Amino acid sequence: MIRLERRREPSRGWALATPFIAVLLTMLAGGLLFAALGKDPVEAIRTIFWDPLFGPYAGYSRPQLLVKAAPLILIATGLSLGFRAGIWNIGAEGQYIVGAICAAAVALAAYPAESVLLFPAMVLAGALGGLLWGLIPGVLRVRFGANEVLTSLMLVYVAEALLAAMALGLLRNPEGRGFPGSRNLAQYPSAANLEILPGSGMHWGVVAALIAVVAAQVIFARHQLGYRIRLTGAAPRAAVFAGVRPGLLVLVCMGFSGALAGLAGMFEVAGPAGRLSIDFGAGYGFTAIIVAFLGRLNPFGILAAGLLMALTYIGGELAQMQLALPVAAIQIFQGMLLFFLLGIDVLTAYRPRIGKARA
Amino acid sequence: MTDALLTLSGLSKAYPGVRANDDISFSVGRGEIHALLGENGAGKSTLVKTIYGLVQPDSGSMVLDGQPYNPAEPREARARGVAMVFQHFSLFDALSVAENVALGMENPPGLRALSDRIAEVSRSYGLPLDPARTVGGLSAGERQRVEILRCLLQEPRLLIMDEPTSVLTPQEVEVLFRTLRQLREEGVSILYISHKLGEIRAFCEAATILRQGRVVGTCDPRETEPRAMAEQMVGASFAAPSGAAREPGAPVLALRGLSAPAPQAFGTPLREIEVTVHAGEILGIGGVAGNGQDELTAALSGEMTVAPDMVSLKGTEIGRMGPNARRALGLCAAPEERMGHAAAPDMSLTENAMLTGAQRRGLVHRGFLRWGAARDFASAVIDRFDVRTPGPGTAARALSGGNLQKFVIGREILQAPECLVVNQPTWGVDAAAAAVIRQALIDLAQEGAAVVVISQDLDELMEIADRFCALNEGRLSAPRPMRGLTLEEIGLMLGGAHDLKEAG
Amino acid sequence: MSGIDPVILLAQLMVVATPILLAAIGELVVERAGVLNLGVEGMMITGAVCGFAVGVATGSPLLGFAGAALGGALVSMIFGLLTQVLLSNQVATGLALTLFGLGLSALIGQGYVGLRGPVVPDLYLPLLRDIPVLGPMLFRHDAVVYLGLGLVVAVWWLLTRTRAGLILRAVGENHDAAHALGYHVVRVRLMAIAFGGACAGLGGAYLSLARVPQWTEGMTAGAGWIALAIVVFASWRPGRLVIGAYLFGGITVLQLNLQAAGVRVPVEYLQMSPYLATILVLVLLRAGRAPGSLGKTFHAAQ
Repeated sequence: MIRLERRREPSRGWALATPFIAVLLTMLAGGLLFAALGKDPVEAIRTIFWDPLFGPYAGYSRPQLLVKAAPLILIATGLSLGFRAGIWNIGAEGQYIVGAICAAAVALAAYPAESVLLFPAMVLAGALGGLLWGLIPGVLRVRFGANEVLTSLMLVYVAEALLAAMALGLLRNPEGRGFPGSRNLAQYPSAANLEILPGSGMHWGVVAALIAVVAAQVIFARHQLGYRIRLTGAAPRAAVFAGVRPGLLVLVCMGFSGALAGLAGMFEVAGPAGRLSIDFGAGYGFTAIIVAFLGRLNPFGILAAGLLMALTYIGGELAQMQLALPVAAIQIFQGMLLFFLLGIDVLTAYRPRIGKARA
Repeated sequence: MTDALLTLSGLSKAYPGVRANDDISFSVGRGEIHALLGENGAGKSTLVKTIYGLVQPDSGSMVLDGQPYNPAEPREARARGVAMVFQHFSLFDALSVAENVALGMENPPGLRALSDRIAEVSRSYGLPLDPARTVGGLSAGERQRVEILRCLLQEPRLLIMDEPTSVLTPQEVEVLFRTLRQLREEGVSILYISHKLGEIRAFCEAATILRQGRVVGTCDPRETEPRAMAEQMVGASFAAPSGAAREPGAPVLALRGLSAPAPQAFGTPLREIEVTVHAGEILGIGGVAGNGQDELTAALSGEMTVAPDMVSLKGTEIGRMGPNARRALGLCAAPEERMGHAAAPDMSLTENAMLTGAQRRGLVHRGFLRWGAARDFASAVIDRFDVRTPGPGTAARALSGGNLQKFVIGREILQAPECLVVNQPTWGVDAAAAAVIRQALIDLAQEGAAVVVISQDLDELMEIADRFCALNEGRLSAPRPMRGLTLEEIGLMLGGAHDLKEAG
Repeated sequence: MSGIDPVILLAQLMVVATPILLAAIGELVVERAGVLNLGVEGMMITGAVCGFAVGVATGSPLLGFAGAALGGALVSMIFGLLTQVLLSNQVATGLALTLFGLGLSALIGQGYVGLRGPVVPDLYLPLLRDIPVLGPMLFRHDAVVYLGLGLVVAVWWLLTRTRAGLILRAVGENHDAAHALGYHVVRVRLMAIAFGGACAGLGGAYLSLARVPQWTEGMTAGAGWIALAIVVFASWRPGRLVIGAYLFGGITVLQLNLQAAGVRVPVEYLQMSPYLATILVLVLLRAGRAPGSLGKTFHAAQ
């Protein structure tokens, strides 16, 4: 029989190794899944993981990598602050949507005036919208003890309804001949979030994501806030003893992660998506949860995990086109990745032993 | 010795890095009260868990009543007539007394019939209890009664008691002893685990002494010198803490009408606490567990804030301040629970040094952390207090209880506090570490700090405190000079009016 | 408001509340055992697609519901394995289960979009159904509506009146103490998790087989999360669970009827109302004391 023995100290080696093992196991299990769907597993895995970067259409798909990874990394970095402290903001999708709505509203209010101040104003509006939307569950938890997992999630559905109301009502394109959706911001020079280097996929959101990663790394490693977050997650009573005010920390973490999700929404609506439409929310806010865990809640880990997850998105689209692999298979693939990661993670804190304990 | 009820031969059990039990053999006679003596970490708990079927030995065998005995789980042990009263971890706060008792029985009758039996048995053993009450609201002594009743209802032949008196007042201890003697008269054997020599001499007939997992001696405690037993138990003799007589100086810490509601369910509210602690003095606060020790510590450390004038330090009203503001003014604290409260188990000692040292040791500069300085501080604590660890990078979890406690107390003392509050400074700590910690507290007072020691260990308070007061249901008695207080008087102070009617 | 008939409203309310009630009663048992499974949404949607697929394949709604319960229980065992055996974080694992369930159901459900499932007949209750007003309101529903209520009663009885229920509560209240007394914490919890999965599966199948009735991707639309909220609202007591589920059902039905009646508020704002109501309930009602070990990882140290 296999038993688990607690390690005296968490193993650093296993903590580093688990994401890689999880990816490998997911590829194996995913291969089985694809085989069960009647696809050649090797070809499917190659299409998902190799072709987007080096395949025949790589010229088109490579820039997409950064485009897809940027919102994931931005949101996941924000989420990791809270997750490390045991504060579960599950509603990043809603904060992302509200950030986009606020940013778009600012741009559309100014339309068609051109000004260099418009883009910064949109950035501010996006961040602020996400911040406020994220603060709602924070305040409800601090003030009324309402579980933030549930309230932040409920607010996703509210945000989606709000998005629909905006796309069909207030922010609908008046020249859109009745079609739902706003004006295309990507064609509004002052508001557009365009590529900085043509053909690279590098837009301002990518820059923001990189800044967020570096800033989060500094906060966790060197700043009191990061220490307090880690301490709260590791030992909440010790954190209070160290002078942390748990309520304030909830607000800071919820606000921070909300603002970053709102920023991600802003960059998306002004660039790759271009407009607010009913299906604007593409699930980045949920996938970012996987990214955050896969990156071990570590900023640089999240950077790598975000790129990997973006790869599966793009690869998944390729596989859908070339192999008729259902889109849902990629969702399962991502879910399995998280399962394997959580499962193998046990080895970081515990040592498996076979048979009875020996001397 | 009379014929044996339980015989252990060559029991061994190892955990990673520790041989918890090493070739243990002894036997418990019928109708005998047998003491199992040993320090914290000597392997007593592992051994009794083996007898109760919670731990499987690596090797060795047991014989109960002439039959081989090798329980795979507690159920089997109970079926064979072995019952156990745990030190902690076996009651369910949200459930009623009757439900708690039912959970410890193999085939309990219906709840109503069970309640009747509880009332009946509790009367005949002098252990009053209301079967319908929720356990979370009971005092430590009452909770223990629930555990004992749970065992008695199964008519055990062997009753294992793990440190039963650590949560009782001296008077409650008397009641317990009377119950245990009554059980012995009825032919029940009792395996009595303790490290308190006094009570073992008072009523055990045989003793087995464990040290570092091995049997190092057996004796009849009624005829053995306590000093000889103590030396076998500890393996060396320690100098009792010493210090020159101290003259109390100016008042440092003053509590005025300190009252606070219980911070959580099943907590204890603080009521009208009045006391002044002076420079150079150690105030000992005794009390049975669950009488407001945690709440008082929190109100002093700043984890729980109160009205400004309820707590003042050298004339500054600090009741409203949080922990760090109080530290900055010179009030440091060390709570009871080491793992997860005084220290974060999965963080390194350096990170744990940062936990309270940031203010007074200047480990933070404009919000940024000075890890180098924190490491130096951690190393200083490790050196000065002889903390056995590979280095400041080690996780707190990896330290033994005694070493981590030395680190926690040392971390506060090296911040040179004006006033230090410690709760249970030597709980679960081996004798050597306990001696170091007590000496350090005395030295701190001698250097002019005001020291408050909250402890359930009366021997400890008698050894180091200058004045003594008792905490009972959140009320603090008026302090009295420690010297000259008798155990009887202390017991009365501790008990207050605390359900002694039945006992008296 | 002329277009809204209170009798029909109440009858609809019972139907709308049923999937949530089923999922919530399962989760209540899981949480009383000390486990927080946030994957209700994922188990529900898995149940919805499994129930629909089996129902279409066999033409039997009964087999459909059985398949849904089995499907829900099976995916819940992934969560059980990870959290109970491999000691993973319950919050993260529950979220993973939801994401996984959404993907899995979409994959299974590909071939079923637009199909019609078997008809779930109303339970014929002679005499009762003919009582004026009360008859159409309470006694003309399918069997699953009554099964949901019956399960609530059964769970109440199990938790408060039986030894098995006492052990379950003990495990949820203090797993270390339960272990010390020799109870099998992990085994009890795995059984509770499987029961929770089966109930969530039934709730999902009620959506795809009875309420809607067809399969669409993501059709649970947060019902699983609302079930979780209702467990908190009910302070982990079965009786209050019914109130919570019917309250929620009432708001949903009212909102649907207002839409149908053509109230001059955009549909999107009406659609927010169930979610806003859930938040409001979480805020206004101070939950009772949660089971002592809820959400904590259990490892039998020594």
